[in-house]
Amino acid sequence: MTLDKLLVVAAALFCCGLYTVMTRRNAVAVLMGVELILNAANINFVAFSFFLSRVMGGQIFAAFVIVLAAAEAAVALAIFLRMFATTGTVEVDAADELKG
Amino acid sequence: MTGPADLIFYAAAAMTVGAAILVAILPNILYAAVALLFSFAGVAGLYVFLSADFLAATQILVYVGGILILILFAVFLSNRIADVKISNPGRFRLPAAAICLVLFGVLSFTAVSTPFAVKAPVYHPTTADLGELLMTCYLLPFEVASVLLLAALIGAAFLSRPDRGAPGKDDTQEGKG
Repeated sequence: MTLDKLLVVAAALFCCGLYTVMTRRNAVAVLMGVELILNAANINFVAFSFFLSRVMGGQIFAAFVIVLAAAEAAVALAIFLRMFATTGTVEVDAADELKG
Repeated sequence: MTGPADLIFYAAAAMTVGAAILVAILPNILYAAVALLFSFAGVAGLYVFLSADFLAATQILVYVGGILILILFAVFLSNRIADVKISNPGRFRLPAAAICLVLFGVLSFTAVSTPFAVKAPVYHPTTADLGELLMTCYLLPFEVASVLLLAALIGAAFLSRPDRGAPGKDDTQEGKG
């Protein structure tokens, strides 16, 4: 286990998340891609903090990213359910009106 | 040097990346959500290798126990069961795959070819240190995060409340929010 292997793993995770965000129509699947991207960033934070420095800043930052991801997921899913109740679908292409 | 630790590391990395690829390509969103569970668990395993025991436990508790359950609820509540298989075709598959592969190549090449000044890894329990840092050096972000969580809680409860009255009247109430 070395730093560059972990960075390659994080890069692969990031690219999978990016592909999910770009190709999916379902808004919940897009959110899943965003979570993958956040996890990739977290791996980079913790890996750099572990290999390059003795301070815990990377782990603290990763913990805050997890907090933000939880808050973001809760609000986003509430919006999706609202959108489903209003338009009957959660496809991102259907969300093209401000007042529906 | 391939000891059992290296094998476990490769297994965790393979589970993380393989499950993430499944999330990207599986057409059924329910299967993709289950694959996401394995990806999150693999990331927790990688945290253990990075001497981040508290983060590994948090990853399991918050991601697998919280966010993934939320996503599954959203899938169940927002898809008519008959549509689960047919409503999720991808779009821009070829250009997206090309962009992602090129980006992965660039990122991997940069990561492998950069000479990092790596120090010898030291394993030690981190929970006590993290708690002390959160109460001293990072106290302000900690409090801001608590306010953010409260705001997200209220916002989610407000947004997902059931309809009151006719949908036409509800529009005026939405404007105030």
